[in-house]
Amino acid sequence: MAIAKAKRSRGSAPMADVKRSALLACLTATVALLGAWTALAQEPPAAPPAAAANDKAAAPEATHDVIPIVVARELRDEPLPLSLLDLPPKDLGVAGAKLAITDNNTTGRFLNQEFKLDPIEASDPAKLIQDVVQKVDAGAHFVLVDASPDTLLKMADALKGKEALLINYGAPDDSLREENCRPQVLHTAPTRTMLADALAQYLVWKKWTRWFLVVGPTEPDKLYADAVKRAAKRFGAKIVEERKFTYDSGSRRSDGGFEQVQQQIPTFTQSAPEHDVLIVADEGSLFGDYLPYRTWDARPVAGTAGLVAESWHPAIELWGGTQFQNRFKRLADRTMRPTDYNAWLGARIVGEAASRTKSTAYKDLAPYIKGPSFEVAGFKGVGLSVRNWNGQVRQPILVTTPKMLVTVSPQQGFLHQSSVLDTLGVDKPETKCQAYTQ
Amino acid sequence: MRSKVGIAALLGAATTLAFSASAAMAYTAFVSNEKDNSVSVIDTEKLEVIKTFPVGQRPRGIILSNDGKWLIVCTSDDNIIQVYDTKTYEMIKTLPSGPDPELLVLHPSGNPLYVANEDDNLVTVVDIQTSKILGDIPVGVEPEGMGMSPDGKVLVNTSETTNMAHFIDTTTHKTFDNVLVDNRPRVAIFNPAGTQLWVSSEIGGTVTVINPADRKIISKIHFEIPGITKEAIQPVGIRITPDGKTAFVALGPANRVAVVDTETFKVTKYLLVGQRVWQMAFTPDGKQLLTTNGASNDVSVIDVPALKVIKSIRTGRYPWGVVVAPF
Repeated sequence: MAIAKAKRSRGSAPMADVKRSALLACLTATVALLGAWTALAQEPPAAPPAAAANDKAAAPEATHDVIPIVVARELRDEPLPLSLLDLPPKDLGVAGAKLAITDNNTTGRFLNQEFKLDPIEASDPAKLIQDVVQKVDAGAHFVLVDASPDTLLKMADALKGKEALLINYGAPDDSLREENCRPQVLHTAPTRTMLADALAQYLVWKKWTRWFLVVGPTEPDKLYADAVKRAAKRFGAKIVEERKFTYDSGSRRSDGGFEQVQQQIPTFTQSAPEHDVLIVADEGSLFGDYLPYRTWDARPVAGTAGLVAESWHPAIELWGGTQFQNRFKRLADRTMRPTDYNAWLGARIVGEAASRTKSTAYKDLAPYIKGPSFEVAGFKGVGLSVRNWNGQVRQPILVTTPKMLVTVSPQQGFLHQSSVLDTLGVDKPETKCQAYTQ
Repeated sequence: MRSKVGIAALLGAATTLAFSASAAMAYTAFVSNEKDNSVSVIDTEKLEVIKTFPVGQRPRGIILSNDGKWLIVCTSDDNIIQVYDTKTYEMIKTLPSGPDPELLVLHPSGNPLYVANEDDNLVTVVDIQTSKILGDIPVGVEPEGMGMSPDGKVLVNTSETTNMAHFIDTTTHKTFDNVLVDNRPRVAIFNPAGTQLWVSSEIGGTVTVINPADRKIISKIHFEIPGITKEAIQPVGIRITPDGKTAFVALGPANRVAVVDTETFKVTKYLLVGQRVWQMAFTPDGKQLLTTNGASNDVSVIDVPALKVIKSIRTGRYPWGVVVAPF
């Protein structure tokens, strides 16, 4: 059987010329108004600002007050998700980073700092790593990464000893924050355990504590199921049965198709023990979306389909989210997805550190980001900071349906001695990460 | 100041004339209900809603014209500002704004109006008599807070994502300084003497007090409430008493208003109010402070001299802004 495949990520569409000129016009107007600036995009400012005078001589990049942010994407062959609505846009993630660069530069123009996006991509991991190393050697210090766990680790190891901070905005693997953690890697993408805990807290609050777990055949599906099982144990839910879903995904579309699915899914979900909710583990969205409204028992579906825990949702308007969504739509001509948000957050973290330290030097920014006073606002109602034991960004997680926000976890009543956000995911006493704090 | 009897007669409402001599003066408060597309009108002596009238979509920032005749409301989802008659509640006209107007402030002379447009990084200057836009001032990402110096010479705008207080010269409309504050600054307000600028940082959980003369930070105020998580302490609205001695800071989902001494910058008391308290307004005599509690759909009334919450008044859904008229 053929499996529909496509390169998940391709070249990002360049910002439309009209938008660029509008942006420049706006910035030019500002520059004229401020009267304190010589130029933005091409010419470096005549003199470095006094506040950022430290370490200028040693770092020639910094004398221009430019911070390049590299976006490194590994193009992977992956089956396409079932729904036409879920097909990955070519600029997935990169568009979020672009928005952060714009946000950073609006602030930067008041501080004489400029951020530049430098996207690179390759399907060959070795080539991608080589390109990233080259960029770092040429003076880039901040690299947003969307790659497989294996590639990310190799990249981190290739950069060992260099002035580079990698920010993982794609991979949810707990192993990257735990046994395979690296000191120079931060993670804006939430982990599977954070997502599963966020969902679990809500289900437990709802008193839907009997879970029928359906697990797909892939390795990520198994890892997600593990996170669900861990969450059940943590928050007092029960997995009443775990059932494997095996399939040959076939072509994504065909004329018709629903007739057979309508027969197959009820049969597949038949004879499960009493349960309150069916939880599906299907990270590739290859079968999970067939489950809602087709199960044998009239039960809601949650997990990777139905009620889903995510870092972002295109319909959230809380905490100033409306303006943020609008800015993204104007820039990318589409709605913002979790991966875009994760990348945005990664580039904003660098921008936030630059404005707080009033510096563009790596040796000022990197320790500040990992330090105790760092906090960034991310349209989630609370400040976001970095877990100092494994480099994971702690954040509220949205629990959503395809169209709307249902709730935001942590749920009320789940307490923690230092931050309620640490009720989501692997907590400090449980961490297997040793490299990060060394 | 006219008594409530006067306004009641003027409104033609059937009302009792048997008012006892009460400490509280009768004023009229207007509360914008963000979710209900309405404004609740509160009698501050009876402490009850006397009228609710419909306005445009998503009403937020709400102020009065200097003569008290106009109620000026940002109707954010209509991308416009609406002007209502404060006596008849009829719409008089609309004023242009940029997209998604949120907070606004009038020049002390009564005109022009300065509007923070959250969606396009601009502060718009509007002539309220001619309803014309006089100019736009580029600021940081998501402009919100708008503070006007008592002499009308300096406008301060805060930008929520840029995290700065932008100092703007009101004669040239140029930004002449930018001060970095903690995350997500929401409100900026000068003290009556014009010697302090207070800026609240919602996500940072702090209030920064800046000297407007040299733009140096005088103090940064932190809040600690036993049993309330650090994340829930989110300062938004700030009001300073007419004598300049006491500041009130609304702490959002901490459901408290902090009372701060403006000399020592120490918190002297926390007052428990409704849920997610954001904006506040004094009655003109400074004796009462009304707070909008978005998540519990009510307004808390604080007795200012006694520093006690004396009443909560049910409003529409998600009350957002509040202003009190001198009648």
